[in-house]
Amino acid sequence: MSSEGERSGTGGDGGEWIAAGDGKFGRYGGQYVPEALMPAIEELTDAYERYVLNNEDGFMDEFRRRIREFGGRPTPLQRADRLSERYDTEVYLKREDLLHGGAHKLNNALGQVLLAKYMGKERIIAETGAGQHGTATAMAAAHLDMPCEVYMGERDINRQRPNVFRMKINGSEVTPVTTGRGTLKEAISETMRDWATNVEDTHYVIGSVVGPHPFPKMVRDFQALISEEAREQAIERTGDLPDSVVACAGGGSNTMGAFHEFVGDGSVDLFAVEAGGSSLAVDEEEGVAPNSASLSTGSEGVLHGARTKLLQDHDGQIVESHSVSSGLDYAGVGPELAYLVDEGRVTPVNVDDDAAIEGFHRLSQEEGIIPALESAHALAYLHEQHEELGEVTVVNVSGRGDKDLESVIEETTRRDVPNAPDMSMFEGGL
Amino acid sequence: MAEDRRGDAGDDRSAGDPVADAFADGPAFVPYLAVGDPDYESSLAYVEALAEGGADVIELGLPFSEPIAEGPTIQNAVARALEAGMTPTRFFEFVEDLDVDVPLVCMTYYNLIYQFGSGQGPRPFVERAAEVGISGFVVPDLPAEEAGPLREACDEFGLHLISIVAPTTDKERLEKLVEVSSGYVYVQARLGVTGASSSVSDRTGESLARLSDVDLPKAVGFGISSGEQAATIVEAGADGIIVGSALVDIVAEGHERGESTEAVADRLETKARELKRGALDGYGRRTPAPEGTSD
Repeated sequence: MSSEGERSGTGGDGGEWIAAGDGKFGRYGGQYVPEALMPAIEELTDAYERYVLNNEDGFMDEFRRRIREFGGRPTPLQRADRLSERYDTEVYLKREDLLHGGAHKLNNALGQVLLAKYMGKERIIAETGAGQHGTATAMAAAHLDMPCEVYMGERDINRQRPNVFRMKINGSEVTPVTTGRGTLKEAISETMRDWATNVEDTHYVIGSVVGPHPFPKMVRDFQALISEEAREQAIERTGDLPDSVVACAGGGSNTMGAFHEFVGDGSVDLFAVEAGGSSLAVDEEEGVAPNSASLSTGSEGVLHGARTKLLQDHDGQIVESHSVSSGLDYAGVGPELAYLVDEGRVTPVNVDDDAAIEGFHRLSQEEGIIPALESAHALAYLHEQHEELGEVTVVNVSGRGDKDLESVIEETTRRDVPNAPDMSMFEGGL
Repeated sequence: MAEDRRGDAGDDRSAGDPVADAFADGPAFVPYLAVGDPDYESSLAYVEALAEGGADVIELGLPFSEPIAEGPTIQNAVARALEAGMTPTRFFEFVEDLDVDVPLVCMTYYNLIYQFGSGQGPRPFVERAAEVGISGFVVPDLPAEEAGPLREACDEFGLHLISIVAPTTDKERLEKLVEVSSGYVYVQARLGVTGASSSVSDRTGESLARLSDVDLPKAVGFGISSGEQAATIVEAGADGIIVGSALVDIVAEGHERGESTEAVADRLETKARELKRGALDGYGRRTPAPEGTSD
């Protein structure tokens, strides 16, 4: 399916070894970064091959042990009884919200911080949008005794205060980024600047399947635990593969995690649900896309180290994205997802902010699960298109919604949400 | 073509290559400004002032919305220029409008090069750059691994692709870089992002030593803000100095204080003279003293 060219070969010790490939997914991927970072990226590619792909020094054994004991894997695949009844279909929820920290992000953060440790790095940096990746990295860094600094857009700091507190409580430094609109895009650029300055002793834990090779593949490999488990669990529960898997897509880490082990299963339809925001149009004059739907509406370009699909104007300037969910509010997407969409293996779809808020309240009321606003997009798509998804659908609940309560109160109060509770009790915020 | 763009430190210099000519007689002063900062007309005057002040090559920054290799000074300049309406199309008009007799190098990020025209690769951008008289490119987010298509287009139109060598670049990578480089090598004096600095990194000398076998002029950038620093760097063996943030600071201060374009241009010209003089002084210090007079 993919052009990866990974797997196969014989290492110097005569044993089987797996090469990382060239970092290309068809026309996407690559390594578009300043020269100062290239040696670190080469070092990381080597470490990825040795430790992740070839389990040198038992790295993957330790990772799997720690993600089990510290992280709480495997997460359940839960049948959603009331949604199943409502849609007259079998709906299963992959409960990544039950992972330690409340989101799938820990899979990758723990993997990378542990890898940095194996590589002898002394400092961790990361960027975060909604704060879930920052929180997961802060937790992993505390767990593995590594100093950690997290860059976060000023606007996101205001939107996601609980996660800012959690990062600080775990001992990480949170550095506000004030450039641009103060969201994830600016935080990524700022973290790359830090990395370019301190590259010799610092590892940059990229939070999604984006960035220069080997990050897209490496992050996917750490997140693939989601589909590895979901696939086994679905077969165990239903005796067969699901008809479809639905996951929200911002940068695409939970998407690739939920899809990876199903990519080779042609009978399973894969739906990447993007943030349609308030509109799918791009205002070139203002340089704003009121959405974060780069797979659905973006075009090919180069940003933050990779060639992929981007929200950009006709000159190639990156436009400001928007989503009611900070975690999806990014103008790019992972190159592998862009490739799988071009190949017709993944279907990009989107739902708007209103539908996501409704999806948030629906799952909270009907299943007793408060989902992250990111995951609410996947649930909104399930609601809108359940008749098209087949008899058995797996929805990845990528994270829990505690972090989003303030946003949800604000967003619900200022719009007409048919299934919302009485919001007057929240006047003045939490 | 490929042979022509490399190894031009010798006789080829006179073969009509303005960039090679700029490095031919003593150290080159290579200033940078973000084009369109803070507006089109002022920016024209500022670039011309740098030429008046002794620039040998001028690096013209085409603003990109995500300048990941730049520090706050140039980030802010880029934001001002974008706000004032700078685009790749306007950039080329700007180059046509400029009245300078100095080779011009376009410094920008790959996405703008890639998207120009039909979005089908770098060729349309390079073709247009050649039409308006650009001599080469510096592209901070394009390592040797990804430089093939741009190098090919540059070869087709006779333009240079100038590579950045970092303090972290080892011998093996250096060989890869030199393969795709021409014009001159941009030697990054220290790790990090662009920005003026009060001291010159110790790593500059190390970097120059590692590049001693590279048959291209070596211009050192990142952190140079004074004539004395320029002198130190040229004395250490640099063939040229690249100065950006210290000049952009002058533009920013003038803009904030509401100074006239002429006043800011004068200060840029004065600063340019100081930097050029420093480079020449450093070159003088490097020249071995006449026999019998050394200590």
